[in-house]
Amino acid sequence: MGNFLVWIVWFVAAFACLGSGAAVVSFANPFYSALALIGNLGSLAVLYLLLSAEFVAAAQVLVYAGAVMVMFLFVIAYLGRHADAPWAGGPSWQALGAVAAAGALMVEIVVVVGLKASGRLSNAPDVTAAFGSPSEVGRVFLSDHLLAFEITSIVLLAAAVGGVVLGSQARDDQAKSSSGSALGTRAK
Amino acid sequence: MTGPNLTWYLAVSAFLFAIGALGVMLRRSPLIVLLSIEIMLNGANLALITFSRNHADMSGQIFALAVMAVAASEVVVGLGLIVAVHRRKLDLDVDKLSTLRG
Repeated sequence: MGNFLVWIVWFVAAFACLGSGAAVVSFANPFYSALALIGNLGSLAVLYLLLSAEFVAAAQVLVYAGAVMVMFLFVIAYLGRHADAPWAGGPSWQALGAVAAAGALMVEIVVVVGLKASGRLSNAPDVTAAFGSPSEVGRVFLSDHLLAFEITSIVLLAAAVGGVVLGSQARDDQAKSSSGSALGTRAK
Repeated sequence: MTGPNLTWYLAVSAFLFAIGALGVMLRRSPLIVLLSIEIMLNGANLALITFSRNHADMSGQIFALAVMAVAASEVVVGLGLIVAVHRRKLDLDVDKLSTLRG
């Protein structure tokens, strides 16, 4: 009975995940794409829970579906109608090539993983209740992977500085171009 | 472990990665390209967590958390670039932004 319930949850989460992923790619309005990506991230969090990665699932919902997607929606709302991305015409060589390349990529992944790991995937080992819990994640992060933890902080700092620099340069450009156009109208 | 075999999770992850790659190659709006890159990163994260469960080793989950931090940084810089492009009154189209000389 428990087994059956896990299958049902897996089916719903996996198909919600794939369906919302296809929706992200196919919507013309980026606002709907971003909303579909929130659904995608939420259903992925359910899959993470099924794989007993509780902390990663919580971080996924908080960081990704929460913070990152709010930033996305904010920028899309700021751009307004300039953000619209209508589909360009009928099928072109570029589109056909993209579909073929994506299909080849998927076949490649499936073949490589199937060749390398198919024998070991069928029987996953039993894990204790502590596996994936916040305390265990913290212990591993601050002992075995301390360097990764520190480098992550540097990456986040660099991204914050980069965001500020890009924002301030954009403001300078805008000030320059608006004063230039004011001068131009005065010369006329 | 009850429920589906770990192979099914990997199949979902490969499918997600392919959908994301399709979006990156097919769409022209930089916003949707960024969203598709997020899908690709999440496909990779799902594979990492599946293999972490398969080996009963937490390192894969740590790696997934690091990927999440890198993805957040990438979104900050990417959205900053998109806003900067928009303020220079250029079209938001990756085909037309091929030189990025402003």
